[in-house]
Amino acid sequence: MDTSTLDTTFAALADPTRRAILTRLTQGDASVGELSAPFAMSQPAVSKHLRVLERAGLVSRGRDAQRRPCRLEARPLREALDWLADFRQYWEESYQRLDELLARLEEQEDS
Amino acid sequence: MTAWPPRGAGLVVSAPPGTEILLSRTFDAPRRRVFDAFTRPALLKQWHGARGWTLVVCEIDLRPGGTWRFVSHGPGGAEMGYGGVFLEVDAPARLVQSEIRDGWEAGEALVTTAFDERDGRTAMNITVRYPTREIRDSVLRSPMRRGAGQSYDRLDDLLSKGHHP
Repeated sequence: MDTSTLDTTFAALADPTRRAILTRLTQGDASVGELSAPFAMSQPAVSKHLRVLERAGLVSRGRDAQRRPCRLEARPLREALDWLADFRQYWEESYQRLDELLARLEEQEDS
Repeated sequence: MTAWPPRGAGLVVSAPPGTEILLSRTFDAPRRRVFDAFTRPALLKQWHGARGWTLVVCEIDLRPGGTWRFVSHGPGGAEMGYGGVFLEVDAPARLVQSEIRDGWEAGEALVTTAFDERDGRTAMNITVRYPTREIRDSVLRSPMRRGAGQSYDRLDDLLSKGHHP
């Protein structure tokens, strides 16, 4: 069952180590060992962060049994941002009409 | 805390972890006028609604315990009714009201609207709290069907499209 929600996406992004992992993966796939190297962290600690990213659908693991390279999956992030942008645009149209109304009301008061 | 999005920034939307949606915007008008535009039916009918939706019924009994009711007409003859009860009325600074869409009682929201004035400009900060995170997210995903009965069907469609391209 897919439990991906905006919250799992944003919660996954809330941690600086996980953001650094995603940033590293924008340069290409990497193994857990390669990902652990820049951090003062054990491989199990990095694996724990990777599991959070995997559950949020932001990272997938390759089939190579030895390396199981990690890959960035950008779609959930893009979807979450698209939803916010669409919701914003929907209401912004209404508030732009309110801007116009407020300007008309000011003219009426001044005249 | 009051957010003051800069002039021209338009609406700022955020969805912090939890069940709330936060909406912030500034208007070039004193808050008395903005408050009136949010609470007087004759004014609301002139601006409220987007993407082809217009407010056709607007009834407001602006006092604690008073009810409000909106009906909007949308594209293709669609109709959407919604309303609730005012819990707090502190003109022109603050409104707290419940909001329930017809046929979607599970999606009842608590809406807190705060207006702050500075140098003749007004900051609007709206907090919409939903009963669950899933309902909050479904509203974000499909604003034009916010609360409509078919929300969950649409959400299912979106999810299946999104994950099985």
